[in-house]
Amino acid sequence: MADLLAGLVLACRRAGVPATLDRVQAMYRALDVAGLDQLYWVGRLTLCGSPDDVARYDQAFTSFAGLLDDAPARGTPWQIRRLPERSLLQTAQSRGEASEGDPGLAVQAHDEEVLRHRDLATLSDVERREAVALLKLGARVRPTRPGRRYRPWHRGPVDARRTVRAMLRAGGEPRPLARRRRKPRPRRLVLLLDISGSMSPYADALLRLAHVLVRNRPRWTEVYTLGTRLTRVTPTLRVRDVEVALRETGQAIPDWRGGTRLADTLTTFLRRDGHRGTARRAVVVVFSDGWERGDPAPLGAAAAHIRRLAAKLIWVSPHAARAGFAPTAGGLAAVVPHVDALVAGHTVAAIEALLQEVNDA
Amino acid sequence: MPANYLPGSTDPAALAVALADVGYLADQGLAVAGFLALRLHRPVFLEGDAGVGKTAFAAAMAEAAGVELIRLQCYEGLDAAQALYDWDFPRQVLHLRAVEAAARAAADGPVTADDLEADLYDRRFLLARPLLRAIEQAPCVLLIDEVDRADDEFEAFLLELLADNAVTIPELGRIAAAEPPFVVVTSNRTREVHDALKRRCFYHWVGHPSPEREAAIIKVRLPEVSERLAGQVAAAMARFRELDLVKPPGVAEAIDWAAALGALGTDTLSEELAAATLGAVLKVREDIDRVLALGALDDG
Repeated sequence: MADLLAGLVLACRRAGVPATLDRVQAMYRALDVAGLDQLYWVGRLTLCGSPDDVARYDQAFTSFAGLLDDAPARGTPWQIRRLPERSLLQTAQSRGEASEGDPGLAVQAHDEEVLRHRDLATLSDVERREAVALLKLGARVRPTRPGRRYRPWHRGPVDARRTVRAMLRAGGEPRPLARRRRKPRPRRLVLLLDISGSMSPYADALLRLAHVLVRNRPRWTEVYTLGTRLTRVTPTLRVRDVEVALRETGQAIPDWRGGTRLADTLTTFLRRDGHRGTARRAVVVVFSDGWERGDPAPLGAAAAHIRRLAAKLIWVSPHAARAGFAPTAGGLAAVVPHVDALVAGHTVAAIEALLQEVNDA
Repeated sequence: MPANYLPGSTDPAALAVALADVGYLADQGLAVAGFLALRLHRPVFLEGDAGVGKTAFAAAMAEAAGVELIRLQCYEGLDAAQALYDWDFPRQVLHLRAVEAAARAAADGPVTADDLEADLYDRRFLLARPLLRAIEQAPCVLLIDEVDRADDEFEAFLLELLADNAVTIPELGRIAAAEPPFVVVTSNRTREVHDALKRRCFYHWVGHPSPEREAAIIKVRLPEVSERLAGQVAAAMARFRELDLVKPPGVAEAIDWAAALGALGTDTLSEELAAATLGAVLKVREDIDRVLALGALDDG
């Protein structure tokens, strides 16, 4: 029996469930109490820590329970629907989708076509200067919002607790009033990067910028890529080494340089994470040329929704710098009424202006 | 082992029956989680969409066990003074003044500073907030609601409390629970709660119920609603949840809706009535538009 359980734990770990030693111990203790016929639930209750884990656990348990001959498929449709897309779950069908989305610009997204990078050593002088400049700029990005906690301050409302504490220390004699103010909290920054074919000249630089910003504030920055589907790339961008981070991110994106379904992916972002918390009170920056093939109305609706949730919605389009630019591209025209700022962001100087906008939020 | 909660619950099925008696239909996973938490004195960590019955589970456990439910609603900026305990400063100052005045009147020498201080930090000047109240009053059910709304500093502070079911107050000493409270922690997953907290709990993802179970829940909660209406509402909810809405409705909304329809004196769900009362279920304008546009009320 112990072998069998060890097998389950191993299968769970392989599937990516965080079955650490203390969790496994908890499982054994719980099994003592609940009995082996509750194995599925006991394992799930003790080993898992998030809905993603539950889905992975289900997978591991079904493959494991093949040996045990009772393997009902578990998990509600809801869980399956809300699961973040992961590269390891991508099927051949999704790749087909990626290239069909935009036949005009499509570059086939094959497995070997992951992001190819040059390391800093092989960058030209100009590029290296730009990369270093990005690093410097990124380190200065610290948007904040007023927090709910207080800190002592020399003016502002009276801090009753500290005042009375001081009074008690002085044997009940009146003391100068202590005052307090709200302590600022970091404001979340959400980057939505369009990595479709039309944005490919900028994609490399955008990921570099995203890496700088994620490294700058790992807990307060979220990065998603938009193509034919939505991919959350924050975890791979948290790696310190920029080359490793970019390589892994490139591998995690299934629809690199494919077509765009901007409205769909933005709506997915809202449904999955945005509405429930990620976009709330955050600074949301969308890097996209706003090139939408279908009806622009859903894109406008998605932008309006993000605007209502977020503290600030900034749209970055490389074309915004062109002389005589007017946001007439179908998608962009629908979006512009809802954005707080439309900026260029195609050069280091333009990115500096963009980050200034972020900081001002 | 001191008196247990729900001593009759010898297995998860018995606990489910006890919960059903107070009007809460727990699925198997939740029953196992509750049972294990009772026996192993670990908190239950419930995550899931709003309105799937996370808070109601704690209330049902308290009712079934016949103990008090102590609820701590979390919010950003929540700190120890609001969650655990605080000193009653105005009373302390008043006491100090009163002692001074009395000593002057009696003129039998000043009170020593030590006595006075010991006096000031007495239990009677301590305001117990929910967490301390739960420790002092146990057995009870402690509900820590929407922990994802509190800052992560608060989680670290919670860890300490949940680990040893005791609070150390510097001026008073350690206050330990005679019996560990039954702790339910809920989260709406607006942010990722730290793993250190989840590791110490039984983690359960509360999903939406199947239409049959949902109809049963509506019937249990609203006995006056007809079987037919409950079934139709549950079926409509299942359709709504497949529509990929911004805010998929939970069981709480289903009960609200059935209650609204019941109050209108109907026992079947017609399309016009459904459209008129849709505001009880869907609270986002885009969702209402979408449901109406797709005609999802058609066979409702």
